[in-house]
Amino acid sequence: MELVLAIGIGALIGSGVWLLLRPRTFQVIIGLSLISYAVNLFIFGTGRLRAGVPPILEPGTAGHLASHADPLPQALILTAIVIGFATTALFLVVLLAARGLTGSDHVDGQEREPR
Amino acid sequence: MNWSSHLVIAPIVVPLLAGAAMLFVDERRRHLRGFIGIVAIVAVLIASLELLSEAEDATLHVYRLGDWPAPFAIVLVLDRLSALMVVLSGVLALASLVYALARWHRAGVNYHPLFQFLIMGVNGAFLTGDLFNLFVFFEVMLAASYGLVLHGAGITRIKAGMHYIVVNLTASFLFLLGVSLVYAVTGTLNMADLAVRVPQVAPGDRMLLEAGAALLGIAFIIKAGMWPLSLWLPAAYAAAVPPVAAMFAILTKVGVYVILRISLLLFGDGTGASAGFGADWLLYGGMATIVFGMLGVLAAQDTARLAAFAVLISSGTLLAAAGTSRVEVTAGALFYLVSSTLAVSALFLLIELVERGREYGAHILAVTREALMAPDLDEEGIEDEGEVGIPVPATMAMLGISFLGCAVLLAGLPPLSGFVAKFALLSGLLEPAGGAGLSGTAWAFAALVILSGLALIIAMVREGIHALWDDRRVPRVRIIEMAPVAALLLLCVMLTVRAGPVMNYLEAAAQALHEPGKYVGNVLVPARPGAMP
Repeated sequence: MELVLAIGIGALIGSGVWLLLRPRTFQVIIGLSLISYAVNLFIFGTGRLRAGVPPILEPGTAGHLASHADPLPQALILTAIVIGFATTALFLVVLLAARGLTGSDHVDGQEREPR
Repeated sequence: MNWSSHLVIAPIVVPLLAGAAMLFVDERRRHLRGFIGIVAIVAVLIASLELLSEAEDATLHVYRLGDWPAPFAIVLVLDRLSALMVVLSGVLALASLVYALARWHRAGVNYHPLFQFLIMGVNGAFLTGDLFNLFVFFEVMLAASYGLVLHGAGITRIKAGMHYIVVNLTASFLFLLGVSLVYAVTGTLNMADLAVRVPQVAPGDRMLLEAGAALLGIAFIIKAGMWPLSLWLPAAYAAAVPPVAAMFAILTKVGVYVILRISLLLFGDGTGASAGFGADWLLYGGMATIVFGMLGVLAAQDTARLAAFAVLISSGTLLAAAGTSRVEVTAGALFYLVSSTLAVSALFLLIELVERGREYGAHILAVTREALMAPDLDEEGIEDEGEVGIPVPATMAMLGISFLGCAVLLAGLPPLSGFVAKFALLSGLLEPAGGAGLSGTAWAFAALVILSGLALIIAMVREGIHALWDDRRVPRVRIIEMAPVAALLLLCVMLTVRAGPVMNYLEAAAQALHEPGKYVGNVLVPARPGAMP
């Protein structure tokens, strides 16, 4: 399970970074989204990976991380998703405004001069 | 229950409520929105001044949200440094808002609510004692700043704003990665609890912890503008409308503040194997930033870019000072922080007033002409003997004096507070700790601090000559535009006159930063059963 998750995060981050460095604004926003998914998975991984463990205390047992899943990373992910969603939406608006004003979807607002 | 114990949260809640209330007011009734904004900012400023006087009596105020004991819930912590930063942000906010009321708030929609949310985020970042809560306030601050940097639209702003947004979104992801790594290793996000647990981290996990701390650090130095992560900064700050740029002067300081706080809390002296982690990076990176800022100031072709590079010089100096991790240097650096933030902010506000009287593109022509050594083609002044006795209009006199004040403050010349700040910084730096000789880097840093002053004075004098003397068209300036600039500069004068008490306060603040034991003990003290916060 760890290996699958690690490869998944790596693939998402790798493609995200590649897209982030591309010249088109749409590629940049997709890259940012991929990175945000990878980051959320990564935060999830910091709570240790275990299947079938409840995120709440069993009645009558002492609280120990061996008997229940760590709920905190899940709460962090929730916050990170909300914030990431909002900022992505905002970036989408800027992207459209830039496209409308400059007539180009290049991140610098103009195509590079052909050599 | 004492109402004043809830005062700590006022700088966060008041702008939040004011900003939310404004959304119910129609956009066309800008003056009502502006009035709500002014009332809120004045209230925040009064509350933060009260907090400043409370912080002075050396007790640490810990505000437990929901009255949960410290490591389990979010706390707000008020100490000398955070109180000072909140006051600073309140002062800048008031100046910038009054200035914006003259005309700039009309340049786009929702200026006032965004401005309030920016203040909320900044104050929250200063006050919080929890790492993830810090992320949330960072995002509040950044989201509002994305809106504000685009205020007024136009192609330049959209282009600069897009780069600003992408860079800062990426920085936010690095911040999240860092926070989660730190949490994975230590199992806590409370800063005081982290300070306790970092020295106890097992040797095998130490590398993970340092990787997490380094990721966090990168996120903060992107915000603080360390070279080479600051290439987005001059364009974005120069493109923003003047009152927004003036407020942005404190955003880089948020990064510096967090670096000071976290590095000294987690990796200060006596924190075990990781003590001093990243200090060298800060020192050398800060010095590189000063050099970059110096070159930028000298090369800048308009005054707004000059001011943006002055921001870089200021944060480079602060980052390098944080990298030396010595109490005396930190105290001087804090004085420099206050003085340079006020001065840069005043300069951003002043620029637009000065530029208003000039023909479009005149400054670029002037610089190009100077570079090419081309003779001035229209030397009418030579024949016009009568010009010698022309009285300078009062507006120009005020603008000129303010510009001079900014130049003197930024370059660190006597008699104003810029000089006191640099003197304190250098005397801390050149005072060898424990009789040991000075290291080469300390000398290099000291030399750079002085040289950056020289570069700034050259650039400011050149800009001043072109802006104030080249053409005599007197710009129309309203009193509520001039007053904030004058107020910020007067504050710097007061800072000079009252340098003794201020310096004592800052020395105590630096002392407390370098000895986090008290901070930790106060935050983690178990809440009394049944006690109200």
